[in-house]
Amino acid sequence: MTEVRTLDHVVIRFAGDSGDGMQLTGDRFTSETANFGNDIATLPNFPAEIRAPAGTLPGVSSFQLHFADNDISTPGDHPEVLVAMNPAALKVNLPDLRLGGMIIVDTSDFSERNLARIGYTTNPLTDGTLDAYQLVTLDLTALAVGAVKDFDLGRKDAARTKNMFALGLLTWLYGRPVDGTEQFLGRRFAAKPVIRDSNLAAFRAGHAYGETTETFAVRYEVGPAPMPAGEYRQINGNIATAYGLMVAAQRAGMPLFLGSYPITPASDILHELSKHKAQGVMTFQAEDEIAGVAAALGASYGGHLGVTTTSGPGLALKMETIGLGVMTELPLVVIDVQRAGPSTGLPTKTEQADLLQAVYGRNGESPLVVLAPQSPGDCFTTALEAARIAITYRTPVIVLSDGYVANGSEPWHVPDVTDIPAIDPGFATEPNGHNAAGQERHHPYLRDPETQVRAWALPGTPGLEHRIGGLEKSDSGMISYDPENHDRMVSLRRAKIDGIARDFADVTVDDPSGTARVLLLGWGSTYGPVRAAAAAVRAAGHDVARAHLRHLNPFPANLGEVLHAYDRVLVPEMNLGQLTTMLRARYLVDVQSYSRVRGLPINSGELAGDVITMIQELSV
Amino acid sequence: MTDTDVTASSGLRGVPLALTPLTRKDVVSDAEVRWCPGCGDYAVLATFQGVLPELGIARENTVIVSGIGCSSRFPYYVDTYGVHSIHGRAPAIATGLAMTRPDLAVFVVTGDGDALSIGGNHLIHALRRNLNITILLFNNRIYGLTKGQFSPTSEQGKVTKSSPMGSLEVPFNPLSLAIGAEATFVARAIDSDRAGLAQVLTAAAKHRGASFVEIYQNCPIFNDSAFDAIKGKDADESIIRLVDGAPITFAGGTKGVMRDGSTGELSIVDVDEVGIDSLLVHDAHRADPGLAFSLSRLTDPGVLRRAPIGIFRDVERPAYDDLARQQIETAGRPEDPDASMQALLRGAETWTVL
Repeated sequence: MTEVRTLDHVVIRFAGDSGDGMQLTGDRFTSETANFGNDIATLPNFPAEIRAPAGTLPGVSSFQLHFADNDISTPGDHPEVLVAMNPAALKVNLPDLRLGGMIIVDTSDFSERNLARIGYTTNPLTDGTLDAYQLVTLDLTALAVGAVKDFDLGRKDAARTKNMFALGLLTWLYGRPVDGTEQFLGRRFAAKPVIRDSNLAAFRAGHAYGETTETFAVRYEVGPAPMPAGEYRQINGNIATAYGLMVAAQRAGMPLFLGSYPITPASDILHELSKHKAQGVMTFQAEDEIAGVAAALGASYGGHLGVTTTSGPGLALKMETIGLGVMTELPLVVIDVQRAGPSTGLPTKTEQADLLQAVYGRNGESPLVVLAPQSPGDCFTTALEAARIAITYRTPVIVLSDGYVANGSEPWHVPDVTDIPAIDPGFATEPNGHNAAGQERHHPYLRDPETQVRAWALPGTPGLEHRIGGLEKSDSGMISYDPENHDRMVSLRRAKIDGIARDFADVTVDDPSGTARVLLLGWGSTYGPVRAAAAAVRAAGHDVARAHLRHLNPFPANLGEVLHAYDRVLVPEMNLGQLTTMLRARYLVDVQSYSRVRGLPINSGELAGDVITMIQELSV
Repeated sequence: MTDTDVTASSGLRGVPLALTPLTRKDVVSDAEVRWCPGCGDYAVLATFQGVLPELGIARENTVIVSGIGCSSRFPYYVDTYGVHSIHGRAPAIATGLAMTRPDLAVFVVTGDGDALSIGGNHLIHALRRNLNITILLFNNRIYGLTKGQFSPTSEQGKVTKSSPMGSLEVPFNPLSLAIGAEATFVARAIDSDRAGLAQVLTAAAKHRGASFVEIYQNCPIFNDSAFDAIKGKDADESIIRLVDGAPITFAGGTKGVMRDGSTGELSIVDVDEVGIDSLLVHDAHRADPGLAFSLSRLTDPGVLRRAPIGIFRDVERPAYDDLARQQIETAGRPEDPDASMQALLRGAETWTVL
């Protein structure tokens, strides 16, 4: 009888060739785990090449999952379990593995030739390299091929089921439910019964293998995590973004229009929204990034919710049109799933280096709203808030998602759509001015005296015919070269955006002791790592305060006060200090930057160590 | 807004009609027109303001989208809805508008630099998709607003401020480009030819799909001689008026266009020599674009001698925006949108925490 050991958390990484189906395996294991009630956080990590040469180091794809019986906020710095489907996967991922961790290896590809190809002169499975770990060697490929021998599959297709065999084995090892995966395979391969049944057979064989062999002396259990009552699902950031936009459009009564050009890692939002025509969503795959945003702005002009999605260099291409959105004061939601740059950079790796471009990167004084989601599920809330601000304030809003939150997933408390407040676009229906001859006219730049929001009349409204455009205008919408008018309009556009802060909640500070001298300030996707680091610092007996920013422009009203209240403010970000620069300029506070630009989320353990050093230096 | 034109093929189908007939005065805006004296744009504006009321559509359901350049100031002067956008992007902005608002007649006003240089990509894709918009390309063969640099339609060797030893570039033939980009309606008109321009603009507006109209437009300041061949005393020798269903003749009927049976090439012939029956009979509705393309090639790229004027091509193909809306219709609408959205948010796998 296998012993069952209870753990409070596990960090597991599945790694293999990019053609081995590791993302699917990880995704399924995540679903089983989420359905079981654990808290989860995931980190998919894959090359930009669709299929780099098999068995090579650059071709390795991995999926990391952290699951726990308590509230967690990162996918974990170091896996405790590594499932390696070939020698390259072992070599690439071994340095990250915690000493003493478990390695489950498919030995099928460990030939001398394959080892030599990636620089192993001896076999790491037998030469002592792995002595510090619990090594489990299995010929997973042969086991999978054996499990599906009754199906009419070629050797290659049969070997392909090894990922499902591995999934079955891990499902047994961690006592996960099997129904979800069985139903999933039924749905996914409904049209291909042989593929469906062979994958099911491999999955079940993997599970049975765990039960019947004596390879594993121990199996593990991680109990459900306490969460607020309600209905949950697993969701990643890109899907949550798509849903947030759809719900916003529905609550505003403005059909959703997406203009987009395919780009990694934002394309999944285009894919998702393209599926929902029955919800009235119209998607347009444009000829380029510029046409994507321009069509979105055209749709907004017509009274739809115009959205564009992009990443990396795509944001730079869209900026001129976003500037037109600022000048014409039309709603526009720009979702930028940030990736490592500059230029093409690292398309599949995460970064937060578009912040200054989003806030400042247009010609002229061109203020707009910038928001950033803090976690995969929070992408829903952020997209919804972006649309609400864009519509009610007639402004472009840039959402700075990133590869980490976009592809990562977590449990998400499914909201009740009827609880979400309606969004009122407040279209103009009556003239609000007169021309020189005293005839009634629509003056598009007459504003609400409090919010500075302009009057917005849709084409098709009789009697309100008017022209807008990129040239500076007077209140009446006539071109104006008057110096005083331009000065006033520049200030009004700025005041309108600054005033939106009145809708933002104050920044809250997590400072349990109330005596911390160091404040950790995160933004966007650093939320999880910063929170985990703060917990680790406190666990080590030190005081540290923590706060998080979702609103990057304008800043929440109390931010300056918060920053001034601490002796040291440290801003961890995946760039060379962009938020730090903004905060120092705005609040004259000596904010310290903590930058990491490795294409990966900030390592919370490393951050915690550095914060402890800072605290110790401060108390000397 | 009581009735709509239900002609299936009409570009104006779905656009509400004006309650009371409009006059030219109704579509003249409050803005003072600011083009240079003698600019061809004045004539185009006047003709357009004459054509618009004749279309019978509601003023508020008409939108003009322009880019950047002299001609792109056009929307300010027409009392409809209008967007003076950014350089080259008018077709892309119009795409989002036309897709989402089938009740609007959308016109794009652009120039040779705007449409063929900085915005070339958007133009060809709007034509290829056959978006239901009407594109007016004012071709003055020069950059006017930036004070006189050569444009993508300037003749090779043109001496300008930016090409003191002559431009090195072979010009685009806008009609050849449009036909190559799968355009379904392609025409050419001359700014000063009010009747011809009105006829072409009316047909273009009524075509369902992308209509492309090149308008030869004189810039008296920076390129005053560009259209001498078709405006001077030899105009008869240069202008070839295309009449659907009629043999193609010009120069008072003395000259004609004939197709070589073996090579398929078009040549100019003396009608007396070959006889009228040998001439090519113009058929704008021909599915194959080959002859329309050949006609567009008759014009020499320099002084524009032998310029066919009128409708080159007018064929039916489903409009992109109609197809996009049709997909949404086909997908069906949920009976209870809230419940449907809720089901989507829940997804296939959920669990409940008590």
